[in-house]
Amino acid sequence: MELDQALQTFIMESRELLEAMEESLLGLETFPDDRDAINAIFRAAHTIKGSGGMFGLDGIVSFTHVVENVLDRVRNGDVDVTGDLIALLLSCRDYIGLLVELIAVDSHAQPDSETESVGKVLLEQLKSYQKVNKLQPLARTTEKSQSRTSVLPHSSTVQSDNWHISLRFGLDVLRNGMDPMAFIRYLDNMGKIVHIVTLPDAMPLSLEMDAESCYLGFEIDFQGDGVDKEAIESVFEFVQEDCSIRILPPHSHIEEYTQLINDLPEDNIYLGELLVKCGSLTKKELEEALSVQETLRQEFSVEDAPKLGHILVEQGVIQPELVDAALGKQKVAKEHKAQESKLIRVQADKLDQLINLVGEMVIAGAATSLLALRTDDAALHESTSTLSRLVEEIRDSALQLRMVQIGETFSRFNRVVRDVSREIGKDIGLDVRGAETELDKSVVEKIGDPLTHLVRNSMDHGIEKAEIRLQRGKPAKGTVFLNAYHESGSIVVEVGDDGGGLNRSRILAKALEKGLVTANQVLTDKEVFGLIFEAGFSTAEAVTNLSGRGVGMDVVKRNIEALRGTVEIDSKEGVGTTVKIRLPLTLAIIEGFLMKVGSASYVVPLDLVMECIELNESERREMRGSNYINLRGAVLPFIRLRDQFRIRDKASRIENIVVVQYAGQRAGLVVDELVGEFQTVIKPLGKLFGNLKGISGSTILGSGEVALILDVPALVHRAIGMESQIVN
Amino acid sequence: MTIHIEASNGVCRVRVTGEMTIYHAAEIKQELLPCFDLCEELEINLSEVSEMDTAGFQLLLLVKRVASREGKPLRLVEHSQATLEVLDLLNMVSYFGDPVMMPRTMH
Repeated sequence: MELDQALQTFIMESRELLEAMEESLLGLETFPDDRDAINAIFRAAHTIKGSGGMFGLDGIVSFTHVVENVLDRVRNGDVDVTGDLIALLLSCRDYIGLLVELIAVDSHAQPDSETESVGKVLLEQLKSYQKVNKLQPLARTTEKSQSRTSVLPHSSTVQSDNWHISLRFGLDVLRNGMDPMAFIRYLDNMGKIVHIVTLPDAMPLSLEMDAESCYLGFEIDFQGDGVDKEAIESVFEFVQEDCSIRILPPHSHIEEYTQLINDLPEDNIYLGELLVKCGSLTKKELEEALSVQETLRQEFSVEDAPKLGHILVEQGVIQPELVDAALGKQKVAKEHKAQESKLIRVQADKLDQLINLVGEMVIAGAATSLLALRTDDAALHESTSTLSRLVEEIRDSALQLRMVQIGETFSRFNRVVRDVSREIGKDIGLDVRGAETELDKSVVEKIGDPLTHLVRNSMDHGIEKAEIRLQRGKPAKGTVFLNAYHESGSIVVEVGDDGGGLNRSRILAKALEKGLVTANQVLTDKEVFGLIFEAGFSTAEAVTNLSGRGVGMDVVKRNIEALRGTVEIDSKEGVGTTVKIRLPLTLAIIEGFLMKVGSASYVVPLDLVMECIELNESERREMRGSNYINLRGAVLPFIRLRDQFRIRDKASRIENIVVVQYAGQRAGLVVDELVGEFQTVIKPLGKLFGNLKGISGSTILGSGEVALILDVPALVHRAIGMESQIVN
Repeated sequence: MTIHIEASNGVCRVRVTGEMTIYHAAEIKQELLPCFDLCEELEINLSEVSEMDTAGFQLLLLVKRVASREGKPLRLVEHSQATLEVLDLLNMVSYFGDPVMMPRTMH
């Protein structure tokens, strides 16, 4: 039992560490030199490995061990942080997460063969970072090579009057929007490229070759009158993060060429020949260079080489703004930590039980108040009113316990957006707003999947390709945004994009073809866009023929409706699309408005009530037979609850209209009597009444009677629907 | 960008029209590589290539290298001005070994 609990703690800690690891890895993409992030990632892996060992979780330990080794090399500067490495480490993180989740389900679980093979592939990929990098060059080693040559006995210089420039472009240079050819062209304008050799060798043949990665290297023999090293460096200034550049001035020492040959990833002999081909070295000079290399190898042991490289990086040129950014990061991390120590972990079911008890207390409190009102005891009145105020406060803070900020859910999408944008090859950023908006934990848990679906949809079909965007005068980089805010008792979550928008006529044509609408139906834009949520739209054909969308949107809609929410879509062609999800704030206790029809009591959520209007005799006569009134110049459709629920009690002499609003639409509910505000503990109706339209739950009044909670969205919809039918 | 592929008598004739740039690189790659499974010879007509960047150039390299690995001949024909300019800048005309018409203005 003890061990079990400890294991639970391990699993929970691991999840947190993995989350922190992901955050830091994503941060590294922007600031590859962020020492703190690298350290944090290392620590996370280290801790998981360590605590995993305590439980004898060999699978996790052995895998994490390899990851930790690579991270250690990164930390020591032996391995450069590249986009590929980050992507690989993210996959490793996911894999460790997978192993942890397996343990969470069954502490003795062994990964199946499929999972294991994934692990093997990752280990294979990690291997290249464990060894190969000894020969891999680091950027800006030119100075180093110079300092090293000074130790050597003075020797001859090469004959060539030209500069020699070695370029090895990083994989991501194209994706970062830069074209290596443009730099070479520019260089050609500055002086004269006497000779250039293009190195295609790093390119994998066949399918692994990513057409958007750059695999090229160049050896350039460059002649520039009055051009200095700084000027040449400045040509490659924009690309220096993504490119290893080495510049040798005219008449360099042969040792410097030796060093160059040594530092470049290609085979030494092959390189030497390239240099000769380039005209930078003569045959004789090459032979000399290679022999110097032998001497060097004896003087400096092989292990020495990479270490020299990393000292350089540490002393090396780090821009001040990067330091500032790192400091900013540090501060955020500290605040994060301080917040963590203020939190207590509580079992979710304990919290649920508390909420249930508070619910019962609210009902019992209402009963007590009712009893007290029947007496004339003033002291008792006062005491019960204090009590009910306190109960209200307890209710609010108990519910508050379940509320979580949506930001945590949103932040997961950084990863989703990053991964998907790489997958589909579009440059897309994520813009998060309203992250501090709170909603019930149970809702947050269930909203993740629909949101993921919508975000993917936006990225895949919503956002156009870069050149179309540029044609339309939009920035090449697309934006997906997530937004959340409160609106009259609901929380609204928006998923939007600045993409191409929906094509109304195409959707309509498709819907006609599918028989979802008839040709003479008059539909608003919203209704047309809403059609993509219909099950019939989720065909592969819709993806290619339409401007996309509609894949599994019906599933999204169903998921949202299961949470008692609604979903609608706004779109402007060429400008973008926004999907609005509206969800109830909480699922347990609400502030209600109690009203009566005959002897039956009904409750609507107070937040949805706009106003109440008393109807006098003449007005009642006027509106007999119709379903709308004139409310200050606007048409207000209404529903008579008496008719709706077929209440046979004698009609009362007074009637009132309760004006409710949902999703920007108003409708009136005609009732007999207005009772007032009421603390409503929502009790589900049970399966038997699951299909009941217009009622969303029940509650118990202080007197012990049952009151039904009205499903306002459904009633508003019905009132407006009836009205427009008559008009048509 | 459009890509047109025609296979007859074991020869694939490919014509790329428009930009051979990063924006279409993945797409073009996907069209080109399967050609090697279809035929014994590949001919790429570059006359309609309006623009070529490093990504587009890399694709030519890829095709060339795959072709030599598979032992299948590759011909690049009717180079457009944009293509020639790239091959000339990177000194790769002789690497591909195809006869080209170098306009006078470029030298």
